[in-house]
Amino acid sequence: MAEGTRDSATTWPAEVYRTLKAAEVRQAAYVPDAGHTALIDLFLADSEVAATVLTTEEEGVAIAAGAWLGGQRSVLLMQSSGAGNCINMLSLPVMGRFPLLMLVTMRGEWAEFNPWQVPMGRATQPALEAIGIRVMRADEPALLVETVGAAAALAYDSDQQVAVLIGQRLLGRKKW
Amino acid sequence: MTPMSTSSTLSRRAAVAALLAPRKDLLVVTGLGSPTYDVHAAGDRDDNYYLWGAMGGAALVGLGLAQAQPKRRVLVVTGDGEQLMAFGSLATIAAAGPRNLAIAVIDNQHYGETGMQVSHTGRGIDLAAVAAAAGFAAAATLRNEAEIAAIAPTLNEPAEGPRFYVIKVAADSPPRSMPSRDAVFIKNRFRAHLGFAAG
Repeated sequence: MAEGTRDSATTWPAEVYRTLKAAEVRQAAYVPDAGHTALIDLFLADSEVAATVLTTEEEGVAIAAGAWLGGQRSVLLMQSSGAGNCINMLSLPVMGRFPLLMLVTMRGEWAEFNPWQVPMGRATQPALEAIGIRVMRADEPALLVETVGAAAALAYDSDQQVAVLIGQRLLGRKKW
Repeated sequence: MTPMSTSSTLSRRAAVAALLAPRKDLLVVTGLGSPTYDVHAAGDRDDNYYLWGAMGGAALVGLGLAQAQPKRRVLVVTGDGEQLMAFGSLATIAAAGPRNLAIAVIDNQHYGETGMQVSHTGRGIDLAAVAAAAGFAAAATLRNEAEIAAIAPTLNEPAEGPRFYVIKVAADSPPRSMPSRDAVFIKNRFRAHLGFAAG
């Protein structure tokens, strides 16, 4: 990995955080993923954002709908294995046209060590699209920040349900 | 575990009516199936959000709403089957610790929408004990209208943390009282009640 790529690979969480703050996100729900570590820490340290740790990802889909009912914008963080857990709960934002912004770190697609990550990694985009979620994808840090900004506008301003897939290539090889 | 027969003779409609009778500006979210019909039968209101699906989502819609509206109180009215699907939500809500959220499980110990199959609460699972173990500020099982009437007014006030009430009711099926199934309409009506623009 080139040095410059490694630098941007460490700064994108802060830039995504600033983008979400600029979009007035007030709630962040998450099941942890190594790729989301820095972003989760930034939300946990932010007294203006209610950061909610989940036992399973679909909880966050329902929280996002409740937040919007109460006038707040939210973001949901998960890894690709969690996207499968969300499918039926996504009926709620799809039927209610609730804004939804999911940031999904991908596994099972680039230099993956664990074969158990592969099936859901392969199914993430088609499964989300099948239930009616708009899927966007970024494999470069700079493109990711821009994509999150565009996805946030689509979600909150145009009442869309959007998942941004963060490519495993961008996240780098998992250290074992 | 052998199914146990429900011993409650309390009507679910009477139970929900008693629960909502002292309601002031409480925001209410309902779980799919009979709890949605019960709350609608008690009176359709702009500050009700009815779920018709998304099983397992009611308590967590309540959590997101409670976190967004810390100065308001939120009540989730759901069923035992719906809450059982959200078993983990008891950990999530207890960890989040909202002082303005209460959950009432209208527990007939059966899956009433699908043929009255016995649920886990009819096989000995004590949801109030689970909520207490998770760390809810209050967790109790209520068995008659007097017990419901004793806690119902307190739902208008904040507490030390999230509250959880199981209300044991008879496994009856009163006539459906159906709100709009248009989730967008109900959403926009609810948000307009809180002063937010439609959309």
